[in-house]
Amino acid sequence: MMILSGDPPRSRALTLVLVVIILALAATPFLFPGAKALNVAAKICVFAALVASYDLLLGYTGSVSFAHTMFYGIGSYAVAIALYGMGPNWAAVATGIVVGLPLAALLALAIGLFSLRVAAIFFAMITLAVASAFQVLASQLSWLTGGEDGRSFQLPELLRPGTVLVSKSLFGFEINGRTLTYYLVFAVSALMILGLLRVVNSPFGRVLQAIRENRFRAEALGFRTVFHLTYANCLAALVAASAGMLNALWLRYAGPDTSLSFSIMLDILLMVVIGGMGTIYGAIIGATIFILAQNYLQSLMGVASKAAAEAGLPLLPGLLHPDRWLLWLGLLFIASVYFFPTGVVGRLRNVGGDKSPGASH
Amino acid sequence: MTDLLKLSGVHTHIGRYHILQGIDLAVPQGQTTMLLGRNGAGKTTTLRTIMGLWQASSGEISLAGQRIESRATPDIARLGVGYVPESMAVFSDLTVKENLVLAARDGPLDDTQLEWIFGFFPALRRFWLSRAGSLSGGQKQMLSIARAIIEPRKLLLIDEPTKGLAPAIVMALIECLKEIKRKGATILLVEQNFFAARELGDHVLVMDNGTIVHRGEMAALASDVPLQERLLGLSLEAHQ
Repeated sequence: MMILSGDPPRSRALTLVLVVIILALAATPFLFPGAKALNVAAKICVFAALVASYDLLLGYTGSVSFAHTMFYGIGSYAVAIALYGMGPNWAAVATGIVVGLPLAALLALAIGLFSLRVAAIFFAMITLAVASAFQVLASQLSWLTGGEDGRSFQLPELLRPGTVLVSKSLFGFEINGRTLTYYLVFAVSALMILGLLRVVNSPFGRVLQAIRENRFRAEALGFRTVFHLTYANCLAALVAASAGMLNALWLRYAGPDTSLSFSIMLDILLMVVIGGMGTIYGAIIGATIFILAQNYLQSLMGVASKAAAEAGLPLLPGLLHPDRWLLWLGLLFIASVYFFPTGVVGRLRNVGGDKSPGASH
Repeated sequence: MTDLLKLSGVHTHIGRYHILQGIDLAVPQGQTTMLLGRNGAGKTTTLRTIMGLWQASSGEISLAGQRIESRATPDIARLGVGYVPESMAVFSDLTVKENLVLAARDGPLDDTQLEWIFGFFPALRRFWLSRAGSLSGGQKQMLSIARAIIEPRKLLLIDEPTKGLAPAIVMALIECLKEIKRKGATILLVEQNFFAARELGDHVLVMDNGTIVHRGEMAALASDVPLQERLLGLSLEAHQ
């Protein structure tokens, strides 16, 4: 339990779901051939870490931030600009990290100190304004960021798809630079999620939960809540920026659509809510459900529509037509929020036990 | 007998309402001072103003000689002021243990103090790892008080601890507060339950319309029925 910081999933069903997801992600390069499966798996890894960092804010402190994609974007652009400007080498990756992470932390610090001492709505509005300004800035500074086109770049030799590390003749499958990049994304995302689990289960995490429940009460116990909230904001920003770096390394590209757009922010919010706020594990489940639905619902509906047509069923072929996938995606989310108000994790924990001994009193 | 807490000419505005209108009071060291008054008299606002949760518009508040009216709430708490808000204020999502660890703030729980608390509130030991939100009302109030006394405090501000509790729990709470008192704690206690006030108070302050309208010995007020009726609109006999 050390690795989970004494906070196990606390439900057999939840443990099973998490184990299946993690094993599937770990074995994706060998189990699911093709670029799409690997892209989807990498996106799940990156977003699981990104959503977990947002959960630290929303789920553990109750702060609604709209600037999370900005930190994600800072990480993406830092690595992209460094690799674009300095060429495909490890020094450029290191420069991106050394510049991107402190920049994200400093901005989070400034936003936190400026807005976290007042009402939560003010913090939300400030983050929205700063994120919008940053998005405009990124597209205006085209000499640096590539503007609307973004920046494409090459990776260091070791991470390139053409670099064969283990040839196919040896084990029956090839391990190349792309596989290595995938495992880099997988491992760093996993470490970040475990790190966040450690944070939320530390005394600091308990103070955050106390602040979420009643800020004044926490202050009356002697906790300087602005300090705690700002520190949480900086930690979340650091993880978001790191996730952005991983995303840029995976895509070999950073642009407004992939790292700064407001739709990413909405996706993160949905993933947190679907998975279950204030659980960290919910981030893994929310990201998996959302990204799988985003990528496979349309083709699944195509199969279902075709089968319904062949069976001669009325209405269904039209309703399940692949062009209507967004409608069904929306309905799926409404249903998940309706049936799992505490998220999938909350639901699975209720099914699998987690009965408090004091519940009967 | 020195005064640990002193308020002089304290005014507090909440929005456009002028709640405290020049409060002068003193809480002697090692004594229990009762703050009584009708609903809306300003008792809770007085405690919240001392705690810095509402900023005093004017006046002076000093704790052991140090001015605190401009200090932030966490700083006041760190000076040794424990605050028990009304309405069973626990952190529901945290366990009983986590609530107490949080209150201990900078260090581990003192085992001796913990055993002493368990002696009064055995339910807290029984539900040690349960979520505080799943406790009964009385158990929550016990936890709320335990949180304030888990560490040595110079001053305890307690707001209506017996509100909404069953008589048996009220008696247990009174016994606990008496024991805390015997250990030499300085307490400013807001209470609507006159029986509890009589049992616990050394001194009494009665508030009305944001001002102190009576100050004296608790025993004197408890034995003066006409004065009780004039100040509080009720008498101890009527309350029993």
